[in-house]
Formats: sequence, structure tokens, C-alpha cells
Amino acid sequence: MSAAEKLQLHNEPVQPLFSVRDLTLLYGPEKGCQGVSFDLYPGEVLGIVGESGSGKSTLLSLLSGRCPPDRGTVSYRNSDGRLVDLYSASEAQRRTLLRTEWGFVEQNPRDGLRMGVSAGANIGERLMAQGVRHYGELRAAGIDWLSQVEIDPLRIDDLPRTFSGGMQQRLQIARNLVSSPRLIFMDEPTGGLDVSVQARLLDLLRGLVRELDLAVVIVTHDLAVARLLADRLMVMRRSHVVEAGLTDQILDDPQHPYSQLLVSSVLQP
Amino acid sequence: MNTNEIYTRSEPASVVGGRSAGSGMYDVVHEDAEHRPYANQAGAVACEVGYNFAYLDEQTKRMIRRGLLKAVAVPGYQVPFGGREMPLPYGWGTGGMQLTAAILGADDVLKVIDQGADDTTNAVSIRRFFARTAGVKTTTRTPEATVIQTRHRIPETPLTNDQIMVYQVPIPEPLRFIEPSETETRTMHALEDYGVMHVKLYEDIATFGHIATSYAYPVTVDERYVMDPSPIPKFDNPKLHMSPALMLFGAGREKRLYAVPPFTRVVSLDFDDHPFAIQSWDECCAFCGSRESYLDELIIDDAGSKRFVCSDTDYCMQRRDAEEEGAQ
Repeated sequence: MSAAEKLQLHNEPVQPLFSVRDLTLLYGPEKGCQGVSFDLYPGEVLGIVGESGSGKSTLLSLLSGRCPPDRGTVSYRNSDGRLVDLYSASEAQRRTLLRTEWGFVEQNPRDGLRMGVSAGANIGERLMAQGVRHYGELRAAGIDWLSQVEIDPLRIDDLPRTFSGGMQQRLQIARNLVSSPRLIFMDEPTGGLDVSVQARLLDLLRGLVRELDLAVVIVTHDLAVARLLADRLMVMRRSHVVEAGLTDQILDDPQHPYSQLLVSSVLQP
Repeated sequence: MNTNEIYTRSEPASVVGGRSAGSGMYDVVHEDAEHRPYANQAGAVACEVGYNFAYLDEQTKRMIRRGLLKAVAVPGYQVPFGGREMPLPYGWGTGGMQLTAAILGADDVLKVIDQGADDTTNAVSIRRFFARTAGVKTTTRTPEATVIQTRHRIPETPLTNDQIMVYQVPIPEPLRFIEPSETETRTMHALEDYGVMHVKLYEDIATFGHIATSYAYPVTVDERYVMDPSPIPKFDNPKLHMSPALMLFGAGREKRLYAVPPFTRVVSLDFDDHPFAIQSWDECCAFCGSRESYLDELIIDDAGSKRFVCSDTDYCMQRRDAEEEGAQ
């Protein structure tokens, strides 16, 4: 490829991976989320911050196809370049997406892992669902991913309940990443972990996100996590997105009174 | 035991399975035709009065037959049905008995096996139940039977296309061990989302070095539904494949029935590098010397010495009879 061609390619507008328009689901007045629109580009990390009850998790389950919205659309550009409307696609398509091109990291690893089967089986499950029928390959993938998330590969046959909280969370991440997804949803991935474990997990996540060029939607109430991982932020309050923009911009120069309150209420050590 | 003996009690219309106050004996009686309206011509059969043919009422049997038609039309699919209370506890074969009751005709010959044997408690009591409530002929010989109700085994003697196997199933859902939610497992069946089935096999290999699941080994029926073939040993799985006999499965507690029609492809799940394999033994049967049949291990003394015998008693008996005839 000549330099001119490269430049040409570079100048082509990058198409968004994930587009959300006017997404609304209300449980009551100002309860839930309403009128959310955004575009997510490949390799971009979007943080959603806000207080408890502001609709962050509702938004995340709408985005990840877990419950249908009252109105609005979620469309995803799959690996063939076709645009899939999430809620008009069949359930089979939605499930296929969820276990191949998408990942979901739950706040509580117990919800995202199969606690009754070994770490290796947890990692291999997505591959088996995709039709890998070779034990040796599954085993190799398990060992590879355990070492990528900094878990001793010797523990491949141990049950996840013998793992510490941080290890369980890392195992959950490995289990999601094994199918090389393009988009990952994370719901407070560092919730419930102590500070030093949080730091290591964030470090690992940041490395993996850059290395694998993942697009991420991450819900958190911890602004430090948002600052470390997210390229862009959306601040939610009472079901509305009150402010959206680049992470540094919002954290250093918040415009909306609520964002100002949020930023100022972070304890400075 | 004597093969064609039909047991019944002299007092009509007493509780099935109950003990009469006077004699606890069961003996062959000859009642008049009015008392045995469904008795077939072939055997001297007397059945209880006061019960509908084969215990269940006609509407229930029709409901089960409708379910069976659907099950045969969609091989391996679990059809819900309105399971009835049977006069024995769940887990003792109520599902199989309801299916047997629904398909039984007056000229059918019934065989019941439990753990491969015709003379175990469960087999004897179910056989007696249908002899008394339906007045059908019973047998222990596989080739003579038209309906065979079983829990653990498929007979070693090859089945023919005029036979029906009825299985008693404890847990019909093969995905249950990994997915406790019924709505979720139904969706998984509907969407053919069977990746998790291999998780169990993976765990076996990771723990034991080989696929250690030895019974209720999951199969794919007609390249579509994954099915639990009830607690038959995996030794019997290959007998399901392209079998000329109709296979019906009934789970009484879970109220599900499913079927494998004759000549249907049934494939056991496995891994490319750990293919499906059936059990094998170094020993042969201590009675008949068979090396092909499924063997039960018996501990015969306090020192722990063991012998192996055929689990299929009828097959073993047939081989021994043939040997004796050959000797004479």
C-alpha cells in the first residue's frame, strides 16, 4: 500500500461501531433513563457516571440487549460491516452477538461466571458455544488467557469459588475476551474490590483495551476509574444525560451544576 | 421366574398393590368374561374390575397420545403433558407407566426391565400392575415383547420394528445441571444454543483425563435437539442410533415426554481429540461367558473378590439355554 493510499484510507470517515438514538425506558417519572443518544467508535472507551438510581445500569442493560426499551434504537455494526438493529433482530442473532462480538463484565463476578465448573471450562465456554470441539485447543486457550489476566495457569482446574474476589473478576474478564469481542460492557468492574486490587485490575484492563482495540461502555460511580479508563464521559442524573464530552474536559472543567458537584465531592487525599 | 405366569388376586376390585386380609397369595384365577372385558384371546388372563383398561381413563390416554404424536414428529423435543398421579411414588417409573398405559392395546405383550433384570422389585410390580389393570400378556423374553418398559437398559437382543421401548426418565432436561432456569433451558433448546453441553464433558476430561460420564450421556437427535437418553449407560447409546424400534421417554415428576422415532440419527456428544467410547470389560459373564454384553460387577465375599455377570438377565438366560441345547 502506497503512502497516498494509506492517507486515503486514513481520511475516510470512520463509521461508528455502535449508535444509540433517543433510548428511553421509564419505570416512573424520572426513573430509568430517557432520551439517550450517542455514537461509539471502534477502540473507544465510554464512561457512564452518576449517582445511584440515576439510570446507569438501566441504560447498560438497554444497550446490551437485556431488556427492550420503550422507544429508541440501538444499532451495532457487526464484523461484516452490516448494521444490526438490536431490538428488531431475532433473539438468536442477539444471543450470537452477546457471546461472540460482545462481552459483559458483571459487577459481581458470581453473576458472570459459572461457579460450579473450573476456571478452564469458564474460559472455554464461549469457544465451545462457537463450535470448538477440540479439547487440546480449549485447554491451550484457557492457559493462554489465564496468564494474560495474570492468574497462575496451574490453577486452570480450580473452581472459581476458590479464587479471591480480584481473581474472580479477572477470570470473568478472560472469559469474555476469549472470543475476541469488539465491544465490552462493564458494570462497575472494580466495585467491591480493595484499592490495591482495583489499581491492578484497572491497569490490566487499560492494557487489554489498548492492545485488543476494544470499544468499551463502562458504568461506574468512581470518577478515578473513569479518568483512568474512559476517553469520553456521560454524566447521568435522574434518568437524563446532563453532560457529555471528553473525560478530561468534564472532570477538569465541568459545566453542569451536577457535574460540578460530582467532581467537587471526590475526596482529595 | 416363570415367564407367562399372570398374577392376580381372587377378590375383585380391591386396591392395587394392597394386601388382602385373608391370603397374601397371588394366584392364577379364571374369572368369567364379564370380569375381564379386555383380556386377550391368547393367555388365560384375569384383570381387576373397577379400573379402566390400563388404569388411566380414556381422556388422559388420549391426551398422552396427542403428546406422543408431537414428540414423534419433533424427535428429541420435550413435550409437556398433564401427568397424573399413579399409585406409586415419583421416581419409581410413573412417567414410563403413563406412556405404557397410553399405548398399550389388548393384544400387546409387555416386558418390564429394571437395571436390565426382569425380576427386580420395580420390574415385577409394574409388570403385575399392567397384567392386572389391563389384562395384557407379559413376558420376560425380549423377542416376544411388543412393548418394553425400562429404566436403565436397552436389551442386548436387537430390537425389531414392531417393538416399542418406553423409558422411565428421572430428569428429562440435559441442560439442567448447568442451567437451573426452565425458561432459559427452553430458550436454549429453541435457539439450538448447546455450547454449554460440552462444558460438562470438558470438566470430565479436566478432572479425570477422560469423559467420565457413564450414564445419561447426552445425545443429539436428528442433528437438532440435544436429549438426555434417561439413565441408560453410555454402552447403550449406540443402540439408539438408527434403531428400528420406536423409543418413547416419559418423565412423571417433570411431566415431560419425548421420543426417538425409528431409524433416526442419534449421535453422542464428544470432542475431536476425545471421541465417544463405550465401556468395556476384560472379564466375561460368569454365567453365559458373553463378552459383548454390559456386565454388572458383583462382590461375592468379604475378601472383595468379584465376578461379572450380564446385566440383561433375559439375554444371559437365552445364551445359557442355547448352550444347554447345544450340549444335548
